[in-house]
Amino acid sequence: MSILINKNTKLIVQGITGRDGSFHTGKMNEYGTQVVAGISPGKEGTNVNGIPVYNTVAKAVKETGANTSIVFVPAQFAADAVAEASEAGIELVICISEGIPTLDIIKIIPILEKNGTKMIGPNCPGLISPGKSMVGILPVNIFKEGHVGLISRSGTLTYEMVDQLTAKGIGQSTCIGIGGDPIIGLHYKELLTMFENDDETKAIVLCGEIGGDAEEQAAAFIKENITKPVVAFIAGQSAPPGKRMGHAGALIISGSGTAAEKIKAFEAAGVKVAKEPSEMPVLIAEALKQ
Amino acid sequence: MNIHEYSAKELFAKFKIPIQNEIVCSTPEEVAAAADKIGLPVVVKAQVLTGGRGKAGGVKFTKTKNEAIEAANNILGMKIKNLIVKKVLVCEAAAIAKEYYVGMVNDRNTKSVLLMLSAEGGVEIEEVAKTYPEKIIKISVNPQTGLLPFQAREALFNIMTDGNEVRQAADILVKLYSLYVHSDCSLAEINPLVVDKSGKVIALDAKINFDDNALYRHKAFEELADYTEDEKLEIDAKEKGLAYVKLDGEIGCMVNGAGLAMTTMDVINLYGGTPANFLDIGGSSNPQKVIHAMEFLLNDKNVKGVMINIFGGITRCDDVARGLIEAFSKMNVNVPVVIRLSGTNAAEGRELLKGNDKLMPAETMSEAAQKIIAAIK
Repeated sequence: MSILINKNTKLIVQGITGRDGSFHTGKMNEYGTQVVAGISPGKEGTNVNGIPVYNTVAKAVKETGANTSIVFVPAQFAADAVAEASEAGIELVICISEGIPTLDIIKIIPILEKNGTKMIGPNCPGLISPGKSMVGILPVNIFKEGHVGLISRSGTLTYEMVDQLTAKGIGQSTCIGIGGDPIIGLHYKELLTMFENDDETKAIVLCGEIGGDAEEQAAAFIKENITKPVVAFIAGQSAPPGKRMGHAGALIISGSGTAAEKIKAFEAAGVKVAKEPSEMPVLIAEALKQ
Repeated sequence: MNIHEYSAKELFAKFKIPIQNEIVCSTPEEVAAAADKIGLPVVVKAQVLTGGRGKAGGVKFTKTKNEAIEAANNILGMKIKNLIVKKVLVCEAAAIAKEYYVGMVNDRNTKSVLLMLSAEGGVEIEEVAKTYPEKIIKISVNPQTGLLPFQAREALFNIMTDGNEVRQAADILVKLYSLYVHSDCSLAEINPLVVDKSGKVIALDAKINFDDNALYRHKAFEELADYTEDEKLEIDAKEKGLAYVKLDGEIGCMVNGAGLAMTTMDVINLYGGTPANFLDIGGSSNPQKVIHAMEFLLNDKNVKGVMINIFGGITRCDDVARGLIEAFSKMNVNVPVVIRLSGTNAAEGRELLKGNDKLMPAETMSEAAQKIIAAIK
């Protein structure tokens, strides 16, 4: 199984002719992801490494049957690109672009809701179902097929966790970087539910960070709705209040959004919290034994 | 980006949100002239980018010109939460009948602009939110229609009873929403919004934060910025492709990725050290970026050692190692440096660093933290 993406994923790349877009298209293709088209307004009829380029998402969907899109376009145009994919009937949009104005995202949320489009990101590294498909900018060689689902607000922290798991022989079903912005698409609750319903997933890793109260909400949600073991990690325990730590969403405001509050919420919900990344494989191995 | 009350009120005036007569001043002489022009009594308010001005003695009600000058002498130059007051706002003293809180924010949970109202005006809204969350009325605004007048009225009738006041306040809210979206705010607050004794509704205070990601659309806002020395460093770093936040510890950190950079600080803390900064160099092995990053670390006089923590993903660790060797060959580094390389081609990367007397290698993040802590003792 795995969630969200698998061997049947048919992907289009919005911004395929850009530097990042073309580079990562190559990487995704190499991994076996079916990249069926690219979008670059005004460049229809050309191709990027054999992948046909279209002017609009609507036409690409009509001619290729694509169901998933990845967005690499510059931040100023990225929200518009996500909306275009949604209106063209794309079911899942992964938005890699970083630095999108928050109000641009707020403006397109009703469009995504109307069409039932799922969005991952913005400001995220994408996702991978090891051995099946990768949609993002993830370094594929560190992943291994297996039974741990992973949800994370950060990119390199995800790699760190996965690397630790893989080194101990613990593989993954699907790993998702949900993005470091304050307002993002799919969040913990939706993804936890998908992992709960996925036969292949036996345990879940949740990597959170300071800012907002999504982790506190996730803790309460896990207690009521998730039967599979979850192990959490929270980055930013030593972060000062009022300072944005790299991610636009990683900010402690007026004493709320701290790591301490989040850790307390998880522990109160019976979710184990790793003190440092190297503790994660130990806790997951214990969870998988039960 | 945050702006001062007087700048926020200039924006209010542009959007026709009623404010009092007021003049921003930098010297006691200017304050005296302003008091003459506005007419006594006046309120002298410190202009600093932090809350709690009142408690710190930064807001004074003055009945005579001498009192106004004395207030200016006391407030100008005072420190509030480590920020020096460089300007004061001299305002007409309002005859306050009632005080309310109104605010708007980009809300993570509803994924919309959230309008917040409370009858508890003048106090810190975070306090109200913690103690009496039910006392805050919240309305999620549909971005496709914007805030409609009837929605504003409906919300306001929860905290006000007088129809005349509600009509004025609703007009203010609709204008504030318009200002909010036109200026790409991430927060806009009027605390307090007051009804004066004549029944007029006025914004007595103003707080505005702009969304940093949208500043490229508002070049004119740049001159409203009043950055601290630390913030200037952060902006300088951003221009060099780095995310840097200065802290007050001893171990400089250089990391790729924000989440891993925060985790590195946490692990240093866990093993008894203190991080000197947050620094995310992003995903590249460009030697120039490493040099810039090291300059930030070494310019911090508190830094006694450096921990470099790189997870090679798409960027291969052997490339990163080459970049580091090149960067370090051009720099004069006289503090111990521990480097941890992991991920793609980590073994090759570590091999390249062997025999380099400037860089101590470590295999894991925990080991690197312990090594650098031991090295600076």
